[in-house]
Amino acid sequence: MKDFGAAGVTAEAIPVANSSDVVSARQTVRNLSQRSGMSLVHQTKLVTAASELGRNMLIYGGGGVVRVAAVTDGGRSGIFVEFRDQGPGIGDIELAMTDGWTSGNGMGLGLSGAKRLVDEFDIETGPSGTTVRIVKWGR
Amino acid sequence: MTERVPVLKIGETLLVSIQTDLEDQMVMDLQEDLSNRIVDTGAKGVVIDISALEIVDSFVGRMLATNASISRVLGAETIVVGMRPAVAMTLVELGLSLNGVRTALNLERGLKLLRRLGAERA
Amino acid sequence: MTAEINTRLLVEILTARRDDFLAQWTRTIGDDLQGRLSLAELGHELGELYEAVLKAISIGGLDGRGEHFGEARSLLIELSRNRARQGFTPTETARSVFALKEVLEPSLAGEAASAQAYLQFARLLDDLGLLTTEAYVRTREEIISSQAEQLLELSTPVVKLWDGVVGVPLVGTLDSARTQVVMEKLLQTLVDTDSTHAIIDITGVPTVDTQVAQHLLKTVVAARMMGARCIISGIRPQIAQTIVALGIEFGDIPTNSSLADALRQALKEIALETEDDVKGLL
Repeated sequence: MKDFGAAGVTAEAIPVANSSDVVSARQTVRNLSQRSGMSLVHQTKLVTAASELGRNMLIYGGGGVVRVAAVTDGGRSGIFVEFRDQGPGIGDIELAMTDGWTSGNGMGLGLSGAKRLVDEFDIETGPSGTTVRIVKWGR
Repeated sequence: MTERVPVLKIGETLLVSIQTDLEDQMVMDLQEDLSNRIVDTGAKGVVIDISALEIVDSFVGRMLATNASISRVLGAETIVVGMRPAVAMTLVELGLSLNGVRTALNLERGLKLLRRLGAERA
Repeated sequence: MTAEINTRLLVEILTARRDDFLAQWTRTIGDDLQGRLSLAELGHELGELYEAVLKAISIGGLDGRGEHFGEARSLLIELSRNRARQGFTPTETARSVFALKEVLEPSLAGEAASAQAYLQFARLLDDLGLLTTEAYVRTREEIISSQAEQLLELSTPVVKLWDGVVGVPLVGTLDSARTQVVMEKLLQTLVDTDSTHAIIDITGVPTVDTQVAQHLLKTVVAARMMGARCIISGIRPQIAQTIVALGIEFGDIPTNSSLADALRQALKEIALETEDDVKGLL
C-alpha cells in the first residue's frame, strides 16, 4: 500500500481504551468521510470496517490509537484510517484473515470482512504490536 | 453505567426501537434484557426497529441472529424491521446474510407479519 | 540587481503603454478565436488579467510561482475553466497568455537592455501558460467524470410496476460500479415506495458471468434483509446455459423467464398477504 505517513500530520488521533472509545473513533471516521463527499454506501462500508477493526484492536490488542485522515492520490480522494496497538500480535496472520476463524467470541468476520469493505488494506504484526491501515476511495 | 435500550411491551409484543449508536456493552445488555422480558411477560413476538441505525457491524448482526434463535426457543418470533439500504449492502459485503432472521420493511409491516404468524400458529 | 532593473523597466513600459498593449492583445486573440467570443467580453477578461499581472510584478517581481501572483493565477484558472467548458481547445486557451509575448516583442526585443527584460517576462508567461493548460485539463476531467456519473444514473431507471412492486430493466454490460448504483437505487426505492417486491429484468444483459451472478445474488440477499423479495426475470436460454455451464450457484434466487411471469408471481404473493388482511386476521 502507498505510504500515507505524510497524511498523518493532519490526522485526528483517537485513543481507544474501552468500547465507548470505539464508538467515538467510528464517529470521527463518519464525520470525516461525510465531509469528504463520499457516497452514503461507501461511508457506511468504511465506518463498519472501522468498527470491526476498532473492536479487534480493543479485544486482542488491549486498545491502542486510531488515526483518521483525508488523503488524495492522483485525482481521487479518500479516507485513511490506521489502527495501532501494542498487543501481543497475531500469531498466524493467514489463519486470522480467513472467514469464520475466530479466537474470541465474534463471528470471525472482523479482519476478512473489514478487508472486503475497503479499497486498500494493509496489516503488520509482530510481538510488539499490530498495525492495520485501510483506505476507502471516494464517490 | 452505560445506557440501556428500552424494551416496550404492547399486548403480546415486545417493541425495541434502537435510537442511538450502539456500544458493545449496550448490545450485550439488550440481548439479556430481551430474553428476560420474553419470559417475564410471556410475549409471543418481538419487533426490533433498526431504522435509525447508521451501521450494523458483525457484533450487532450476531446479536440480531442470536436473539432470533433465543426468542424462538422461548416461544416468540423476532422480526427485524427498517434496515437501511446502505446497511444491508454493507452487511452482505461483510459476509453476513442473517439467515433465519425474519425481516420487514418497516414497523407497520413488521407488526402485520407478527399477527399473521400468530394467526397461522393458532 | 539587474533583475530589479528589468522589473522596473517592465513595470514602466507595461504601465505607460497599457491601453495600446491591451488593445493589441485583445485583437490578436480575437483573430485566433474567430468571433466565438465577443471582443468586449474578451477585452474585459484580459484587462483584469493584465492589471493583476502588472500589480504582481510591481509588488514582488517576476517569479510566477510566488504568492504575490495569487490573484493573477486564480483569474487564469477561472479563464481556463470557462474556455474548457465553452469547448475551446487547450492550444487556444494557452495562446491567450502566449499572445502577450508577441505583443511586447516589437517594443522590447530591439535593444540589448530591454531584451533581457523581455526574456524574463517571456519565462513568466510560459509558467502562466502552463498553468492554463493544467487548469484546462483538470476541468475537462471533472466534466468527464460527472458525465460518467450522469450516464450511470440514466442507465438505471427504477420504475414502480404495481402497488408494492418495483422493477429495474438492466441493459448492457454490468460492471461493479454500475451494479453498485443499481443496487443502491433499487433498495432505496423499496423503502421510498413501501414496496415488498423488486424485479430485476436482465433481458438486455448480453452475458452473465460469475461476477454478475455474484452481484445479483448480493442484491437479493440485501433486499431480503430489508424485508423485501427480489425476483430475477428475463433469463434467456443462452444465459441459462451459460449459468449452468459455469457452474454458478444461483441458490435460492427466485427466477422467472419473463417479466410478466415475475410480475404475476409478485402480485400473487401480495394478494395472499392482503387476503389475510381482509379475512380480519390482522
